[in-house]
Amino acid sequence: MKILVCISHVPDTTSKINFVENDTKFDTNGVQYIINPNDEFGLTRAMWFKEKAGATVDVINVGGAETEPTLRKALAIGADSAIRVNTEAIEATQVAKEIVAVVKDGGYDLIIAGRESIDYNGGMVPGMIAALIDASYVNNCVGLEVDGSQATAIREIDGGKETVTAALPLVIGGQKGLVEESDLKIPNMRGIMMARKKPLNVVEPSGAAALSNTKHYEKPAPKGEVKLVDADNVDQLIELLHNEAKVI
Amino acid sequence: MSVLIYAETEGGKLKKAALEVASYGKAVADQMGTYVVAVSFNAADADTLGNYGVSKVLNIAFEGNFDAKIYASGIQEAAKNVAAQVVVVSSSADSRFLTPLLAVGLEAGYATNVVAAPSSLSPFTVKRTAFTNKAFTQTEISSDTKIIGVSNNAFGLVENQTACSVEAFAPSLASSSVTVESVDKATDKVTIADADVVVSGGRGLKGPENWHLIEDLAETLGAATACSKPVSDMGWRPHSEHVGQTGKPVASNLYIAIGVSGAIQHLAGINSSKVKVVINNDPEAPFFKAADYGIVGDAFEVVPQLIEKLKAFKAQA
Repeated sequence: MKILVCISHVPDTTSKINFVENDTKFDTNGVQYIINPNDEFGLTRAMWFKEKAGATVDVINVGGAETEPTLRKALAIGADSAIRVNTEAIEATQVAKEIVAVVKDGGYDLIIAGRESIDYNGGMVPGMIAALIDASYVNNCVGLEVDGSQATAIREIDGGKETVTAALPLVIGGQKGLVEESDLKIPNMRGIMMARKKPLNVVEPSGAAALSNTKHYEKPAPKGEVKLVDADNVDQLIELLHNEAKVI
Repeated sequence: MSVLIYAETEGGKLKKAALEVASYGKAVADQMGTYVVAVSFNAADADTLGNYGVSKVLNIAFEGNFDAKIYASGIQEAAKNVAAQVVVVSSSADSRFLTPLLAVGLEAGYATNVVAAPSSLSPFTVKRTAFTNKAFTQTEISSDTKIIGVSNNAFGLVENQTACSVEAFAPSLASSSVTVESVDKATDKVTIADADVVVSGGRGLKGPENWHLIEDLAETLGAATACSKPVSDMGWRPHSEHVGQTGKPVASNLYIAIGVSGAIQHLAGINSSKVKVVINNDPEAPFFKAADYGIVGDAFEVVPQLIEKLKAFKAQA
């Protein structure tokens, strides 16, 4: 089985978000980057396929050279090789097309991406890849097993879960539940040393056009002070929620 | 030229999100000087959309489970049929599932988590949340056809009485390589995605055996229940209730956090909620900086009182 895991290079979840150049660019100063959490659950699930079923696992990212440490981390976790498409990731259609241009003849049985990245929260790339290569597609995937040429996947739906079977090749938008938080691996020294020798292939982009573009950033308006209500006066809270906030 | 909305149904009836998407679509159509067409699957009450500005409904009769590829193909044909320049969808799990397929089919730029009507038509620009609600962006869509995913509860329902015709629509639907084997869905519970009110518990509740406090308060308010990340990681509550940056986003009208300290990742995930209430015994908890209303106190004392008084309030109202 051949697996491709799409990796987004995103600011750590604790990052303070700031902007520069008249709020037209994200301020990368002092920001730690990580593997997008939804992608890391998928990568860890892919490692289990590798350990138990002998799958090979490649990882891919669309981005500049600054994303390579994130790809190296994926290699240290256990991926076999990495591909970086050497262009700035502008929006989902462009990213999906660049990934498809590289993997079209890759013979992947399974393409795993995160449900969404935690920076731009688009949630589109896995579905677009599936549409572009006419593969099966399951989003919000919280469970995945493969048997021969067929996969069984669990999709989280609003208010429950749905179990589906799908023909390979399959693209998933994965999230927590594929593996648990406690299953995530911190790369050990041996993994980090081995990762340095694994292939990280830089390929030039096909030049797919972006269909949208972020022009300006804003931070949410500063919040007013919290109104404190005395613990033995919950009536006042109900009154405020009813008359002032008008939400009950 | 027209604006097409995808009006989602559940069990043959329009979802509330469908009415919000219609309201949004009407605002865009007014800006553009055109009208709104809706496409729906099995909507028995499709004419209701006329109350929210829709002029025509293309209703597709379809037997079988929801399938992203099949539904996307039907919506795509509707978009072509009415020469839609803008397509508006909701942020439900199903809409988010199918719309990337639709975007590829229509060669459309697609912006998700949009919180306001377009700030400009030329260039076509929308405001959306990014960095999991830590920021907004002004995003320009340059393709001929544009798709907008409206963030839940961001635009609200705007009534607009419009003469509305409902037509049966029979597109040639795609075939799918995905088969639904089983659906496990609690039909009697409010989901986080649809809820106007969400009641959320954190580690301060000390253990899963105390969750009746959260559930009782939620029931009193007709709310969905949610939890913080540590609570789901410890297995006190299912992952599906985890809200925050790596869990589910919440965009309810009222969010009540009980015993949740308010880690930056949690606050990011719930920040789109309109009114936030925190109940915590630690006055230094970061949640107090993010909340609109707060009670510093012991949840085990405050919450039972709150439930009792709310019941009295509801009975009176």
